[in-house]
Amino acid sequence: MTLTAQLRAIKEEITGYARGFGLDFFDTYFELLDYDEINEVAAYGGYPSRYPHWRFGMQYEQLGKGYAWGLSKIYEMVINNDPCWAYLQKSNSLVDQKIVIAHVFAHSDFFKNNFYFSKTDRKMMNEMANHATRIRKYTDRYGVDEVEAFIDACLSIEELIDPHLPFAPRKKPRPRDSTEIEVAENKIWRIKSKEYMERFLNPPEFIEKQKKQIKEKEKKEAGFPLEPQRDVLMFLIENAPLNRWKRDVLSMIREESYYFLPQRQTKIMNEGWASFWHSRILTEKCLKDSEVVDFADHHSKTLQTSPGQLNPYKLGIELFRDIKERWDKGRFGREYDECDDSHIRDAWDRKLMQGTAKIFEVRKLYNDLGFIDEFLTEDFAEEQKLFAYKFNKQSGRYEITSRDFETVKRQLLFGLTNFGNPIIDVYDGNYENRGELLLRHRHDGVDMRLDLASETLRNLEMIWTKPVHIATAVEGERKLLSHDGKEFKTSSFEAI
Amino acid sequence: MVRRIENDHRRFREIVRGRIRKELRKYMSRGELIGRKGKNLVSIPLPQIDIPRFRYGSKDSGGVGQGDGEPGQPLSQGEEDGGEPGELPGEHSLEVEVTLEELAKILGEELELPNIKPKGTVKNIKSDVHKYSGIRRVGPESLRHFKRTFKEALKRELMTGTYEPGKPMILPVSEDKRYRSWRVKEAPESNAVIIYMMDVSGSMGDEQKEIVRMEAFWIDTWLRSQYKNIENRYIVHDAAAKEVDAHTFYNLRESGGTKISSAYQLCAKLIQDHYNPEDWNIYPFHFSDGDNWGTDDTKICFELLSKTLFDVVNLFCYGQVKSAYGSGKFKKELDSEFGENEKLVTSDIPDRNAILDSIKEFLGKGK
Repeated sequence: MTLTAQLRAIKEEITGYARGFGLDFFDTYFELLDYDEINEVAAYGGYPSRYPHWRFGMQYEQLGKGYAWGLSKIYEMVINNDPCWAYLQKSNSLVDQKIVIAHVFAHSDFFKNNFYFSKTDRKMMNEMANHATRIRKYTDRYGVDEVEAFIDACLSIEELIDPHLPFAPRKKPRPRDSTEIEVAENKIWRIKSKEYMERFLNPPEFIEKQKKQIKEKEKKEAGFPLEPQRDVLMFLIENAPLNRWKRDVLSMIREESYYFLPQRQTKIMNEGWASFWHSRILTEKCLKDSEVVDFADHHSKTLQTSPGQLNPYKLGIELFRDIKERWDKGRFGREYDECDDSHIRDAWDRKLMQGTAKIFEVRKLYNDLGFIDEFLTEDFAEEQKLFAYKFNKQSGRYEITSRDFETVKRQLLFGLTNFGNPIIDVYDGNYENRGELLLRHRHDGVDMRLDLASETLRNLEMIWTKPVHIATAVEGERKLLSHDGKEFKTSSFEAI
Repeated sequence: MVRRIENDHRRFREIVRGRIRKELRKYMSRGELIGRKGKNLVSIPLPQIDIPRFRYGSKDSGGVGQGDGEPGQPLSQGEEDGGEPGELPGEHSLEVEVTLEELAKILGEELELPNIKPKGTVKNIKSDVHKYSGIRRVGPESLRHFKRTFKEALKRELMTGTYEPGKPMILPVSEDKRYRSWRVKEAPESNAVIIYMMDVSGSMGDEQKEIVRMEAFWIDTWLRSQYKNIENRYIVHDAAAKEVDAHTFYNLRESGGTKISSAYQLCAKLIQDHYNPEDWNIYPFHFSDGDNWGTDDTKICFELLSKTLFDVVNLFCYGQVKSAYGSGKFKKELDSEFGENEKLVTSDIPDRNAILDSIKEFLGKGK
């Protein structure tokens, strides 16, 4: 249902405050849902219409049980779409509603202005519904089990996309057939002849035949793909022997994967930004005296941390606050960095008041990786009590390993690089000249889980229909993991 | 109209139960059966199926946390046995507190009493009627309870001060309305009796007894939640058998030699005296370490089983825990003697982790 009159008035009020602070968001429509409806929408990732798949049912069950036992509750959901759609939980108290409405506007502002969202489809609501219709059609025609099993196989590799691709200039497509390859004249063998004899000694058909052979040869040598390609899904769409419905399903999965990518890339910033603004809008503008305690209660729950877990809301909001303070007081630049007198540093205040402008700039230009890399300082890490932990094989438990700034930051950045997952690309689509698929894991010191790799390869084999391999390293030795659809094999492997 | 999510949810449940897409079940995170917390509560993770993806070995990669603590200090999550901290990125298994009944229900989705037949006397057959016995806040207008609704409206008007004694007009609003509600009486039931027999002899170590008790306890809990009017009888035995009550069964500590036949004899007598197979579904469960005293006694057991017990029971379940002395071979002997008999299910319970599987062997479907 739509908002009640009271909530509509609150929405109008908060819209005014938010615009006043300079937030620039899409038109935002709010829907009021009860717990069960919001669980359903949340299970579908915020979209009222998704294709049928069991994992949405799993999500729904988890959310439903979490709510039933009072462990978790969804206060709001907001979708990157123009106009922006947001869902509020009916049972929220009035203070909760104020908080989440402000929160939603900040998210919407982030969607609209952050660079990484600039290439996403802003009519995704419709696109998702289209996907649902198409997959339902295939399900009707080919059977639930068959379509679902194929979707599962695709989901297994849905993350193998190229995060930089949306921003890369379109590459010239690789030569798809040999006509585009130029053959140098000197490679063609001719009998020396006078001009008038040329036609007889070197007949044109003979020259043509030679050219064709050379072209074929060069095409083979050129490799396939020409360069390692991170967009594995695209490679499969273009080259795997799929029939039409499968190709269509795979391309839908790819599209959705790219659509959700920026949300995964900016989790910390997005939540930090939204928390930063709901906190300011409420405490500075629209909180009544009687609501302060409830607000503080809700806000602190959102930001609570526990050991071994980094709360993106907390890290994000603290970092935005820190940036604002630093740029307000001029605590940046060479002079400040080189100052090692702690008294002077503590009292450092150039009264620049550039903080607000700076955080707006940051929300426009960065994603989590850059955000942490650029703005997480040693002072901040100390203040926030950040530490690195690792699994200790001797004691069999996770232990704090260090509070050293460099270590902590490296660990944090590692976890954010490619979302803490192995970076993988297509290396050869005609491996061993048998049309087998060779992927390459860019090994950076951490091994893959072999059991998962085996199962993932099996799913990939279902799509590629010929044996698939991945080059990686296991305990310091180069290994080739292979799956031919029946069994998983590990063999040693020369460097590529 | 059926909501879309209900279709997806049903499909997920069916995968979890192993009815469809069986290949997915291997990706299911294992349900911890017993993690007792507090008095009546256990902590179990929800069933979750993770589609395989290329991932780092999480134990190698580590992470970043926030809070107090010195280097070398473990993350305070109360983790034992090298378990994963509950909330590590990418490794979320939502742990929830559930009551015993809830847990039994979850167990129940995969189990049933095999071969249960509609047996019973007239007194147990109940008719299937709707009885209007309660009041609800929502319902169809045709079931509106006028008196209650009027009362609620009056109460509200009195409280808010809009009631005028000179002009007593009561206008119910939707919050005041009360409706009759009904309950459906259950369908006819089957009579069933479960006879638990446990070996409490000296060869059973404390750990063995604990495992047996846990398994019996879970079977008991689950059966109670699923079948009403179920009767339970408990027998303990060492060299001699005696019938005890449930409390004693779960708490008794004894020692002595082992004569399994004594228990079977008592079981047979119990059935003869109280449970006519015409009227009752009978399920004896026997747990032991299989360390019987002498082959003679084993022979008596076989005779009892084949001549008496198999004729009357629906299913005879034998669970064998790993003997502390490694000499238990009763299961092997049973299997070779009655391997093909469909009235018998035997199961090995090497350790605590095997309890769930063992219960599934006993009560799993399709036996």
